[in-house]
Amino acid sequence: MMRAVAAILRRDLALSFRAGGGAGIGVIFFLCVVMVVPFAIGPDQKLLTSIGPAILWIGALLASLLGLDRIFGADAEDGSLDLLLLAPLPLEVIAFTKALAHWLATGLPLVIATPLLGLLLGVEFNALCAAALMLLVGTPAIAFLGSIGAALTATLPRAGLLIAVLIVPFTIPVLIFGTAATAVAITEASFFGTAFKLLLALALFSFVIGPVAAAAALRIGRGA
Amino acid sequence: MPRTPRMKVSELANPNRFMRMAKWMIPLFAALAAVLLAIGFYFGFNAPAERDQGITARIMFVHVPTAWLALGVYTMMAIAALGTLVWRHPLADVAQKAAAPIGAAFALVCLVTGSVWGRPTWGTYWEWDGRLTSMLVLFLIYLGIIALWRAFEEPLQAAKAVAILTLVGFINIPIVKFSVDWWSTLHQPASVFRLDGPTMHASYLNPLLICALGFSFLFAAMLTAAMRNELLRRRVRTLTIFAANEAR
Repeated sequence: MMRAVAAILRRDLALSFRAGGGAGIGVIFFLCVVMVVPFAIGPDQKLLTSIGPAILWIGALLASLLGLDRIFGADAEDGSLDLLLLAPLPLEVIAFTKALAHWLATGLPLVIATPLLGLLLGVEFNALCAAALMLLVGTPAIAFLGSIGAALTATLPRAGLLIAVLIVPFTIPVLIFGTAATAVAITEASFFGTAFKLLLALALFSFVIGPVAAAAALRIGRGA
Repeated sequence: MPRTPRMKVSELANPNRFMRMAKWMIPLFAALAAVLLAIGFYFGFNAPAERDQGITARIMFVHVPTAWLALGVYTMMAIAALGTLVWRHPLADVAQKAAAPIGAAFALVCLVTGSVWGRPTWGTYWEWDGRLTSMLVLFLIYLGIIALWRAFEEPLQAAKAVAILTLVGFINIPIVKFSVDWWSTLHQPASVFRLDGPTMHASYLNPLLICALGFSFLFAAMLTAAMRNELLRRRVRTLTIFAANEAR
């Protein structure tokens, strides 16, 4: 089973990083969001410093939502999803692996880009570390919750905006506790408060409900 | 995979009985709703002015029942979703689809009336309080469900996808219910459904319960009518496909 999981992981990562995969677009979009905020609210450095972590969270959330349709959409188009459904591997494991690969290709780059983009907003060093750490926990939660929306709309063409609409309500707890944990980490210099634990709990919860619901959605989507 | 026409006809077998029942159910429920709401609103708007809030407290005769129904309709939709996925009941997804816009409307009325009441009482139209936010999230989930229904062409495929989304979204219902206990920032806690009994005076409680019953019958009437419309819409769709097949 581990070999099959590793094979899916390798395949999905290769597909997203090579030509036409679009793994880097999320980071560019993240940069765009962070860039337009100072234009919209004015280059007030003090204000930007204080709301910087929140902007980073919003940018990362929007960037994570954008690419979600790629988790299953491309596979449904070229028929490889049918092969995955026929595979002896439990569909939940496949859904988990594909969501993980999606996060590695699109979510992790966002986390890595966070400190750099934070510098543009004048966020201080410890706040940068806090935001990056919280996003390291929060973006997988968004990716795994998002895999539900991706699976529900796998057979639909142009599902991108629909997935975002479906998934945003479910990511609100992640955003609430993620930003709360970031704020606590900045003001009290303690990383492991209640909000962070709740964020971790949400991430673990999404690792379970995401693959289970996504697998159910894929099964019914293919009339199985 | 193209569906064979024979399966289409058998899908309509059971709903026929529902269509016959809907003929008398819709006027009955509508009449009950009209009478109960008339009584409830009459006594509600003649209730003595509340000590702190004055007459603005009377908005609760609309606000509270619609809030309960927004939660109740979603719960019904989640049960219907189970009916679609587990028991394959032919009417479950029809009920689920018909209920979604009505539930969204209840959630919206609840939010708007609460906002109108909040302005003179709390001094703000909107506050990012736990109850208000979770209700807004519920409204968004309703909209997402409606959007997903409209995204699919084939009703049966849409039904199953929406059923899964509905079940996942059910997580929010206990959050709305208990939000006032978990984050008691602004919205007052429950005053009717409490372990130690209601904390509301009878001059308010009785009209409130009558209004709640009236709104429930209003929902029942609208749901039955919407389900009948949906069944007719599917029948038209099936007949159109038949006609197109024959013309070929």
